[in-house]
Amino acid sequence: MTPLLNLTPQDWTAVALSLRIAVVATLVTLPFGIAIATLLARKDFWGKPLVDAVIYLPLVLPPVVTGYLLLIMLGRHAPVGAFLAEHFGIVVAFRWTGAVISCGVMAFPLLVRAIRLSVEAIDRRLEDAAATLGAGPFWNFVTITLPLALPGIIAGAMLAFARALGEFGATITFVSNIPGETQTISAAIYTLTQVPGGDAAALQLVIVAVLISLGALMASEWLARRATARLHGA
Amino acid sequence: MLSVDVDKALGEFTLHAAFAAAGGATALFGASGAGKTSLINMIAGLLRPDRGRIALDGMTLFDAAERIDVPAWRRRIGCVFQEGRLFPHLSVKHNLDYGRWMGRHAADPAAFAHVVELLDISHLLDRRPGKLSGGERQRVAIGRALLMRPRLLLLDEPLASLDAARKGEILPYLERLRDEARVPIIYVSHDAAEVKRLATRVVMLEAGKVVATGGVELLY
Repeated sequence: MTPLLNLTPQDWTAVALSLRIAVVATLVTLPFGIAIATLLARKDFWGKPLVDAVIYLPLVLPPVVTGYLLLIMLGRHAPVGAFLAEHFGIVVAFRWTGAVISCGVMAFPLLVRAIRLSVEAIDRRLEDAAATLGAGPFWNFVTITLPLALPGIIAGAMLAFARALGEFGATITFVSNIPGETQTISAAIYTLTQVPGGDAAALQLVIVAVLISLGALMASEWLARRATARLHGA
Repeated sequence: MLSVDVDKALGEFTLHAAFAAAGGATALFGASGAGKTSLINMIAGLLRPDRGRIALDGMTLFDAAERIDVPAWRRRIGCVFQEGRLFPHLSVKHNLDYGRWMGRHAADPAAFAHVVELLDISHLLDRRPGKLSGGERQRVAIGRALLMRPRLLLLDEPLASLDAARKGEILPYLERLRDEARVPIIYVSHDAAEVKRLATRVVMLEAGKVVATGGVELLY
């Protein structure tokens, strides 16, 4: 192992956990993000401004507030949390699944925004053309709308992944900072910087975080380029 | 047999059009803004009339009084739009196959080969629409509409976006289409020369009203 990157097993656990939480949060929120973004881009309904505001709320609220709101809703003794625990045996408080929820909630506005913009940019006359060719609403969406929105979906998923990976405030407030269960890279770095002499170890994790983020950025750039090239005919 | 009798408020005027069209090519002729495209969109099911009735081959597609409004995707009316509207993410071949996929028809290589030959697009099949010229794009759009096995073909100014040379390139294909395909055609145009060459019947529109119907001699 290089002297530059000398991670302890606990560091590796935090790295793996961060990746798992960010990947799962992105994948779980993606279908909801696509559905909500399409709804907001295409339909006018009563209460739309409110739905809009609620979705974008995590973007403007202090993350600690979002985490606290999650805690008082989904905590073990909170109304929703107690119901889920009692009827479905689902407990998310202080579990990695809770971190998935907080990361997902924080990432959701970015996901929805990117996808919504790309859906709004689609030429609807193409969907009309598909309808005259016999495509009902479902197949029209799957064969025309989704592929045409793909660059935006990739960009949104990437933003969501990055946000989930870097999430700190809401997660630590909601599920705390338990090594091996909820301690992500950010939380581990924070913990190390609170310990005298922990700076060197923190730097190791910082390097890993930079590498992961760079890799994710480059991968998404490459994917988006390919998707755009496919759309415009190569 | 298509029969149309519809009203629709369109900004500054109200479209009120009644006409019938049987086989052959019926031209909807009139200046820009006469309501031709709106009328076509109502027949296709893309625009909802305020009042009236549209029926095709004895089947009611729209009837305001009876609250019947068959959605566009169930009407089986092929459309060729002014701008082609090919799907940019699909190859020419997949664009041509799209209607067959959506209609859940089995592949019909003979019909496919016939249309490809009729429109002379066999060398384009693997290309993307983005790489086609304007004339090629319109030919593919015509092929796509034909291959969905339509009960009626609507051509909305399919030549308007092309220069004179490209128009001359496509007109013979449209004539072959009129003579060989056994589908009635509604052809929208504001170009008298085009209409004289292609139409068997003419419906003249002016400011949203049908002012005359008859043969092409109306234009002489």
